[in-house]
Amino acid sequence: MFNRDRWKEILEVLSSNVFRTLATSFGVGWGIFILIILLAAGKGMENGIRADFGDIATNTMFMWSRNTTISYKGLPKGRRFSFKLEDVQAINDKVSNLRFISPRNQLGGFGGGNNVVRGLKTGAFNVYGDYPEIIRQEPMTITSGRFVNQNDIEDKRKIAVIGDGVKNELYDQGETVIGTYIKIQGVNFMVVGTYQKKDSGGGEEGQKEIYVPFTAFSQAFNMGNDVGWMAITANDGSSISELKEKIVGVVKENRKIHPDDKRAVGYFDLYEQFNRVESLFGALRWVAYFVGVLVLLSGIIGVSNIMLIVIKERTKEIGIRRALGEAPWSIKKQILMESIFLTIISGMIGIIFGAAFIYGVNAVLDSIGPVDMFINPSVSLGVVVSALFILIFSGLLAGFIPAQSAIKIRPIEALRTE
Amino acid sequence: MIQIKDLHKSYKMGKNSLHVLKGINFNVEEGELVAIMGSSGSGKSTLLNILGMLDSSDSGEYILDNVPIKDLNETKAARYRNKFLGFVFQSFNLINYKSAAENVALPLYYQKVPRKERQEKALKYLEQVGLKEWAGHLPSELSGGQKQRVAIARALAAEPKVLLADEPTGALDSKTSYEVMDLIQKINDAGNTILIVTHEPDIADMCKRIVHLKDGVIIEDKKIEQVRAEQYV
Repeated sequence: MFNRDRWKEILEVLSSNVFRTLATSFGVGWGIFILIILLAAGKGMENGIRADFGDIATNTMFMWSRNTTISYKGLPKGRRFSFKLEDVQAINDKVSNLRFISPRNQLGGFGGGNNVVRGLKTGAFNVYGDYPEIIRQEPMTITSGRFVNQNDIEDKRKIAVIGDGVKNELYDQGETVIGTYIKIQGVNFMVVGTYQKKDSGGGEEGQKEIYVPFTAFSQAFNMGNDVGWMAITANDGSSISELKEKIVGVVKENRKIHPDDKRAVGYFDLYEQFNRVESLFGALRWVAYFVGVLVLLSGIIGVSNIMLIVIKERTKEIGIRRALGEAPWSIKKQILMESIFLTIISGMIGIIFGAAFIYGVNAVLDSIGPVDMFINPSVSLGVVVSALFILIFSGLLAGFIPAQSAIKIRPIEALRTE
Repeated sequence: MIQIKDLHKSYKMGKNSLHVLKGINFNVEEGELVAIMGSSGSGKSTLLNILGMLDSSDSGEYILDNVPIKDLNETKAARYRNKFLGFVFQSFNLINYKSAAENVALPLYYQKVPRKERQEKALKYLEQVGLKEWAGHLPSELSGGQKQRVAIARALAAEPKVLLADEPTGALDSKTSYEVMDLIQKINDAGNTILIVTHEPDIADMCKRIVHLKDGVIIEDKKIEQVRAEQYV
C-alpha cells in the first residue's frame, strides 16, 4: 500500500487530466459537504430544543384533579374533588423510586386580575404554595436572599420569594427588596429572596411568579388540606412514564374515584414528551444520513463513471502492462487505490468546507444573537470518522466495477487496438 | 528452448470457425534468431501471440525452457510472461507518461526488484541500446527508432529467455529499420534467443533462420546466411 511507485502512478494518472479530476471529486466533496451540513443542522436544532428544556427535571409528571365522570361508592358523577396532603403521603408510601413529590397550590394564573399589592403598586402574578424541593424540579437561580426552606414549611412562615419580573413591577430601580412586605390577596408576606429563571419557553411569564411556603399558603388562603396539583419526579434509574399509572391509581383509591374513570385525574408526562423529542432527534439524524448518503452516492457514481472512462483510455496501457507481466490483482489494486484516493481526498475537502461553513454559521449566529430552537450547529469527531469510513467504503464501491472491467481486458485485445 | 508440437488454433466468428493454425511443429534452440514470415492472414501473429502467452491454443503442446505452458490463468500467464519473455511491438507500446528509464524499469517492477537496482538496470540497458542520455525523456520526445530501442531495452531488462518481436521495423523507415536490426543482431550475438515476425524479406534475411507460414501451416523452414545490418547503417 505504501509503495512509492504505486503512489507516484496514482498521482500521475489523476493529475494527467486535472479538470476532469476536479470535476469528479466535486461530486464526492459535495455529497460529504451536504452530509456534514445536514448533520450539523440537526445537531443545532437538537441543541436548541434541549436548551428549551433547560435544567427542568425531565423525568417528571404533573398531576391535577378534574371532575369525576363515573359515579362510585355512592358518590355522584360530575363531583369536583381536590387532592389532599394525605395523598402525597400515600404516594410516598406506596410507590417506590420517586425522587420528589411536590404538592402545589396556586393563585392567580393566566389572565387573572391583580392580586398583589405593594404600597401604590399592584400587579397580577402567579402565586405558588410550594415545598423547598420545587427548586430542584423547576430550576431557578436565586439572585438575592434565599428560597423557601423546611423551617418555613414547619412554622408556616409568611414569606415570599419573588421573580425578577415581580420586582421590576412592584419596586423602583435600586430599591431594597429583601425584608419588605407585599400583600397577596390581602395577606402580608415578607420578601426573603428573588430569583431568575432561565428562559424556558415561558418567556417573561416565568419571571412573574411568587413562591411562598405551602403550609403558609394553605393557611392564609383557606385551602385546608387541599392540594391543587403535584409535580412528581422519579429517580434517575426509573422512568416516570412507567410509574404514572401506579401513582394515579393510588390517588384514585384515596379519593374514592372509580378505577376506570380516566378523566378524573389529569396528568402531563414531561418525560414522554421529552422522549418524543429525543426520538425526533434520532429521526432527524437518520434523515440527514439518508439524504447525505444519497447525495454522496451520485458523487460516487460519478467517480465510478470517470474511472471507467480512464480505464477505457488506458486500455492499451493496461494491455502493455499485462504483456510485461503485471498480475491482474495488481491492476485491480491500482484502480481501487486510485478510486479510494480520489474519494478520500475530495471527501476531505468536502469535510473541510463543511466545517468552515459551520464555523461561519456559528459566527453569524453569535453576531445576530440567539435564534429560536437553533444553537451551536456542530459535528462531532465521531461523525467525521464515520464520514471517513463511508468515504473509504464508497471509494471501494466506486472502484470495484471499473477495476473488474480493467482486469477483464485481455492483453492481446488491448494491444490490437491501434 | 521452444518446442511446439501440433499446435492448432481456430477463432469462432459467429457460426463459422476460422482455422488459423493447422498443426504447427517447430523447435527453436537457444541463441537462434528466427524470422517468422508470411502474408497477412497466414497465422504468424496468432503464432506469436500463443508463443507470448497472450493467447491460448486449442490443442497441441508448447514447452518453453522445459516448462510446459498450459492451463494458464491470467495471474500465472502474467508471471510467466514476465519471467520468460520480452516483447517488442510494431507500435512500440511505451507508456507515454513514463520516462524512457521508467518504461525500461517496468518489468523489473513487476519482478519486485528494489527501486534502486531497478533504476541502475534500466540505465544499463538504455546504455546498451545507446540511449543513456535520453533516460529522462518521455516517449513523445523520442523519434520512432529511439522509441523502438527503448522498447527493446525494456524487453531486455527482465532478462527473458526469449525475445518476441512483432514487426519491430514495421513503423520505421529503412535506415532506422536497419539500425534496429543491427541492435537486435548484436543482442542475438550476446546469446539471446529472438523470434521476429515480419513480412519484409530484407529484415528476414538479417535473421539466421526463416520460417515461412502460409494458411496456418509451415511451408518452409530454412537456415540462412545472415546478412549483417551493420553494413547499411
